[in-house]
Amino acid sequence: MKCQRCPKQATLHITEVLGDERFEEVHLCEDCAKKYLYEPQVGKKPAKPGVAPVEAAGEPGGARCPACGITFVEFRNHGRFGCGHDYDAFKPDLLPLMDSVHGDTRHAGKIPRRAPRTATAQAELGQLRQRLQVLVEEEKYEEAARVRDRIKELELG
Amino acid sequence: MNLDTLLPNLGEWLRGTGPESDVVVSTRIRLARNLADYPFTGRATAAQKGEIVTRVKEAVGRVELPFKLDYHDVPGMTVLDRQFLVERQLISRELAAVLEGPRGVAFDAKESASVMVNEEDHLRLQVLRSGFALDDAWADIDKLDDALEARLPYAFHSQFGYLTACPTNVGTGLRGSVMLHLPALGITKQIDKVFRALQKINLAVRGGHGEGSRAFGDLYQISNQVTLGKSEQKILGEIKEVILTILQYERQARAVLMKERRQAEQDRVARALGTLGSATMITAEETMELLSVVRLGINLRLIDDVPATAVNQLFIQTQAAHLQKLVGHALDGEERNAARAKYLKTRLRELGSHR
Repeated sequence: MKCQRCPKQATLHITEVLGDERFEEVHLCEDCAKKYLYEPQVGKKPAKPGVAPVEAAGEPGGARCPACGITFVEFRNHGRFGCGHDYDAFKPDLLPLMDSVHGDTRHAGKIPRRAPRTATAQAELGQLRQRLQVLVEEEKYEEAARVRDRIKELELG
Repeated sequence: MNLDTLLPNLGEWLRGTGPESDVVVSTRIRLARNLADYPFTGRATAAQKGEIVTRVKEAVGRVELPFKLDYHDVPGMTVLDRQFLVERQLISRELAAVLEGPRGVAFDAKESASVMVNEEDHLRLQVLRSGFALDDAWADIDKLDDALEARLPYAFHSQFGYLTACPTNVGTGLRGSVMLHLPALGITKQIDKVFRALQKINLAVRGGHGEGSRAFGDLYQISNQVTLGKSEQKILGEIKEVILTILQYERQARAVLMKERRQAEQDRVARALGTLGSATMITAEETMELLSVVRLGINLRLIDDVPATAVNQLFIQTQAAHLQKLVGHALDGEERNAARAKYLKTRLRELGSHR
């Protein structure tokens, strides 16, 4: 069987549980499987009702940060953010940018001890993300998928 | 503190010791951090930058660390002092001359740790080590970071990690750089090949003096590009792996030089020392190129009467701001070249008299 995303041979066969006894089978080669496990779950599950994409229509410069007032286009032109809130304000546009710059869209390093957090969840999240990275490297994909699901649970809070 | 008291010191990164110091000059790690409640420096008003300076100064004054950090205000500093700190790798060119408004730097007496305030990010923490010492440097900067974080609320995002003004630093905010002296790879014309391989694995190569600088004196800096999606240990581990490979190549190339053209190398080293000790006008670039040859000569044991630390001393003291501080007054380009030559001649003669 061929990988669903590239011409290589599929070596991994993942069954996604979509709930309500709905399943989806995914067949991937090793490289694509690694990427797949790290992906945000866009398009795999129906979007939650009420979570609309950031509304950029009508703004000539793209989304505008409510805190510092710069637009996405201003950010693109200068290459510098105005403030930390830009990361949320421009998030949909930033994800592909982060992916091309870093090959990733999610922090996997140190977490400040005093970070505003639902304390334990944030700490567990950090550990799980590192664990996921290790599991994928060790090619333990089944466990990796379980860890990924737990991460998702925590992220949805 | 009068900055002139630093003048006779070498500073941590030029101590000339540490692991693999025959090839690795120094190790540096920096962390980019921002305070949660302010716009980034580029958008902050002068009043906000002033507040940030006040808060950081207070935090820096209270942190409990094995070393004490002293704060120095940059706007109140002379151009010469700023240049002096740039040459000692304690502040960036941007903080010295490009940025405006309240800003400064705190560093310890050994010059091994520094915190720039209101650079591109509110905080740029830096730890320097002589030789190849990424783990030690990380241990130190991690502690410094924790100590500051206990007193300053950092801008941190659950998905993107430590938030930075530029998206290329977000996540860990970590840049690890290792400065290498690679003369033999240069002589044997393998250096480009090595660096092409590096670029494929997302490590940056720059000249010894940081971003945009040319490689003078066979000094190169290797550093990570990616800051998001990998843990600090993983990023540093990847740099380590590459450095060990380059170390091997450089040492192999040195072995080949010794086997195939020992006499010619001996001659080159003797001539370099001769020029350094007898020129009456010499540029900083030529000095660096010649000191590179002498440094290689020391490491190949072609000469044994010049200590490696002396080369580092000459290297730092012959840079423009250092030279002007040594002389005690401002010098234009031509005067600098003459003063540099005079200094080199005197110092090498002193070294020679101890032979």
